[in-house]
Amino acid sequence: MAVGKEIRTKISSIKNTQKITRAMEMVAASKMRKTKDRMQATRPYSKKIGQIIKHLAHANPEYKHPFLISRETKRVGLIIISSDRGLCGGLNSNLFRKTISNLVQWEKDGIEVDVCTVGTKAFSFFSSLKTNLVGQVSKLGDTPHLQDIVGIIKIMLDAYNNGQIDQLYIANNDFVNTMTQRPTIQQLLPVIDSETEEKLNRHWDYIYEPDAKEVLDYLLVRYIESIVYQGLVENNACEQAARMVAMKSASDNAGNLISELQLVYNKARQAAITQEISEIVAGAAAV
Amino acid sequence: MTMTVHVDIVSAEKEIFSGLAEMVFAPAELGEVGISPRHAPLISRLRPGEVRVKVSDKESYPFYISGGIIEVQPHIVTVLADSAIRAKDIDEASALEAKAKAEEALADKTGKIDYATAQAQLLEAVMQLRTLDRFRKRGE
Repeated sequence: MAVGKEIRTKISSIKNTQKITRAMEMVAASKMRKTKDRMQATRPYSKKIGQIIKHLAHANPEYKHPFLISRETKRVGLIIISSDRGLCGGLNSNLFRKTISNLVQWEKDGIEVDVCTVGTKAFSFFSSLKTNLVGQVSKLGDTPHLQDIVGIIKIMLDAYNNGQIDQLYIANNDFVNTMTQRPTIQQLLPVIDSETEEKLNRHWDYIYEPDAKEVLDYLLVRYIESIVYQGLVENNACEQAARMVAMKSASDNAGNLISELQLVYNKARQAAITQEISEIVAGAAAV
Repeated sequence: MTMTVHVDIVSAEKEIFSGLAEMVFAPAELGEVGISPRHAPLISRLRPGEVRVKVSDKESYPFYISGGIIEVQPHIVTVLADSAIRAKDIDEASALEAKAKAEEALADKTGKIDYATAQAQLLEAVMQLRTLDRFRKRGE
């Protein structure tokens, strides 16, 4: 029957799309489990090193490491972590929107910004803007290694040590739960301690072995690396979770669309049959 | 009651140990240290070697770590290891193999090899074996 040929092709094409989105949803779900495990596995380390750094900020070291001293801000560094692929809902665009609003604020204050990007999405977005891109890595895959990001961290730390930048920030998505990912921008350098009240009640300092400078250099670089790495694995888990949710809603939408089209198709078919019958009846009556 | 100190050992991959202990032994940069409760604040780098957590007179847990940092506060000791394994999980065969390989590389006088890397690898393998050895001796 010629009726509803277009509708039928439309339905079958939507069905194909639905198959794809459903497959992507399942792939993302299984990947999410893995990335989430990885994220949770590295959390204790970065939490502990964060605690040590906090203690350190409360101590009164004889050697003041430049990472612990704040200075007047003329230029800041920003590391932006994004995903490599799209089709993950508003994950990247939410992060970029937040970043842009910070960039605008800095511009207002007359502060220049150096940007390092991780992931293809951030690279293509921020290279099209008029930002000063100083480094980028992408295509890190689902199992990123620390060695992959050491390069851009070094660029930023060198810039900080040379006095080219006075503050360092990191922007990434924070994994709250499967449904919620929160874009965050966090200050890495200089290391700030949030609770200043409880310190200074007594003067104390660590015993350093072999000596303060060596230990602090090692520890602080380690700290920055661990935070950036944690941000990366966290962002990875976010990406998979966001993709899973986005693909689920796409599959659901496709299902709705199909049932609507099916209804239209059935109505058209019924109308055609009715018309045919009434034509035959009318013809018979005329004879 | 004996005094105890809270000990956390974490590696980059996971949390290895968390709990109360009477004493902790660790291979600090300038020699092995034993940390008792209420030790003065200390930060030190660690060399590859054995970290031993003494929970009581009868019970102690040895770990092998490949280097890292120890932070001591009067009531909390944190060991940040680059990588850590329980002594009983050390793979003796692969440690021996690594040792043999490193020795071979060091003996190779053609100058093609990275001397420092080979030496570090040798040290790690040797320390793994030593940790395992000590663990077994105590066990028997």
